[in-house]
Amino acid sequence: MAEHQWLAIHEARTMLRQGKISSVELTQAMLDRALAVDNDVRAFISLQPEEALAQAQAADQRRANGEDTPLLGIPLAIKDVLCTRGIVTTCGSHILEDFVPPFDATAVAKLRTAGAVFLGKTNTDEFAMGSSTEYSAFFTTGNPWDLERVPGGSSGGSAAAVASGETLGAVGTDTGGSIRQPAALCGIVGLKPTYGRVSRYGLVAHGSSLDQIGPLTRTVEDAAILLGCVAGHDPMDSTSLNIPVPDYVSEMKTEAGIKGMRVGVPKEYFSGEGIEAGVETAVRAALDVLTDLGAELVEISLPHTEYCIPIYYLISTAEASSNLARYDGVRYGLRADTPDMWQTYYETRQAGFGPEVKRRIMLGTYALSAGYYDAYYLKAQQARTLLRRDFEQAWEQVDVIACPTSPVVAFKLGQKVEDPLQMYMIDVFTVSLNLVGMCGISIPCGFSEGMPVGLQFMGPALGESLILRAAYAYEQATEWHKQRPDIKSQISNTKNQVSAV
Amino acid sequence: MPKLSLEEVEHIGELARLGLSDAENEMFRDQLSAILDYAGMLNRLDTTGIPPTASALPLFNVMRRDEVRPSLPNEEAMANASDAEASQFRVRAVLE
Repeated sequence: MAEHQWLAIHEARTMLRQGKISSVELTQAMLDRALAVDNDVRAFISLQPEEALAQAQAADQRRANGEDTPLLGIPLAIKDVLCTRGIVTTCGSHILEDFVPPFDATAVAKLRTAGAVFLGKTNTDEFAMGSSTEYSAFFTTGNPWDLERVPGGSSGGSAAAVASGETLGAVGTDTGGSIRQPAALCGIVGLKPTYGRVSRYGLVAHGSSLDQIGPLTRTVEDAAILLGCVAGHDPMDSTSLNIPVPDYVSEMKTEAGIKGMRVGVPKEYFSGEGIEAGVETAVRAALDVLTDLGAELVEISLPHTEYCIPIYYLISTAEASSNLARYDGVRYGLRADTPDMWQTYYETRQAGFGPEVKRRIMLGTYALSAGYYDAYYLKAQQARTLLRRDFEQAWEQVDVIACPTSPVVAFKLGQKVEDPLQMYMIDVFTVSLNLVGMCGISIPCGFSEGMPVGLQFMGPALGESLILRAAYAYEQATEWHKQRPDIKSQISNTKNQVSAV
Repeated sequence: MPKLSLEEVEHIGELARLGLSDAENEMFRDQLSAILDYAGMLNRLDTTGIPPTASALPLFNVMRRDEVRPSLPNEEAMANASDAEASQFRVRAVLE
């Protein structure tokens, strides 16, 4: 029974349907696992064991009554930037430390309807602004493969919880790579849907033209299942697409797989400065596997790739500075009370926001301010058009694109936290898809320095079935997704060292 | 691009109502200057006549009927307010 924590969602679902396990047993196994390792991994900001077990009990009761929904009794974790009714939603920030939303985000409500059990809320960079989860106002999260390294970010808590067996799956958010990059760094699967595929209602806003909610799981099939549950039109989000949601699992499992698919290999994603040799080696080896599986590799060019980081950091911070103007201490969130209105705003925001959030508000405010708007914000939006044209031309030649997810493997905690520009550079291979609104998935494709490497498939708008099919074909032909980190020996080593001192 | 002046940084901080300390102003002056300097590479792009992209999706108006629908009870909507009275948010006086 000890291995329940490593079940894939689709396996656990089969066992639940066959009556081989109950949701209460499954949920208890996850909570036991969290109790055993989360003091050291620190993936969760809050665990809700009592609520989770009550939901599991209700799920078992529903099943006993003959009900069956796609996630009935499946334990999941939720990134703490998605509103959960009655459960504190902090966004990793002191300014929302005590915020209890009176409603569920649409994605959360859809998971509830599908029967999911919620274990707790996972750690994140403050307001999802970061690439290592070190900008959480509360604590850092360890990478399950090496607890002294970062899990990536900003959905680092979700990725670490999935990779350490504390949950069967999780949902995160991706504004510039925040699902795909931590998935890559933790050796799991992470999918960013097409902009508009999943409703953003109840997701605390970061960059509104970029944000998407998506799954973090240990298998590609699980990502397809979760995506199918959260996707769809929502009248509460005017940017959500009113287009039917396909059956991703059956569209993914075609007989041909990746055979005959034209896979673009963008040369700019292999030549950029800062890509580690070990990452390039692992991803190139993965490309060979794709060829062996019958894919046709096509070298392509995305010539504006080098501009992605400045475009992204001007546009996302401009949107963030506007979105975060709402934290004024009046309707919700921290208020530093002073007799003066202006002083109350200043002191509330000074006390409530951490350094990275302030930095981005400053950068965004500058880019939007009189005299600089044309030179920075407008210029970035025009460059965004050029970037979109790069991708539109690529889709005339290829079905999907394959490239690294991150130029680096997980780095040591503290290594980049003082140098914001260095931290931003890590997002070089992920921000493009958010800027063009298209979809992408990261899957494990090897190791470098003992740390996982991610392979990214990019797809056109609403190309989720295509990237899932390519990812599934690669996954089924390799064993990387079956590797598990040894957390217990890391913990006991630490304890031995402490007791030796 | 020349380094931002301290006055510029302080002005941006005021626009954003951040109430930054002197040390923060100095730190952001260095960091923002470095980031903006890097972003200056966009000037290498000729964007004459290129329309800006504000959203990856084609934008169109979304309309719905203006109908009475269920909403949050008043107490729940007010529950997160730091200060409220008689179902209203209490704020500091704007005018003396």
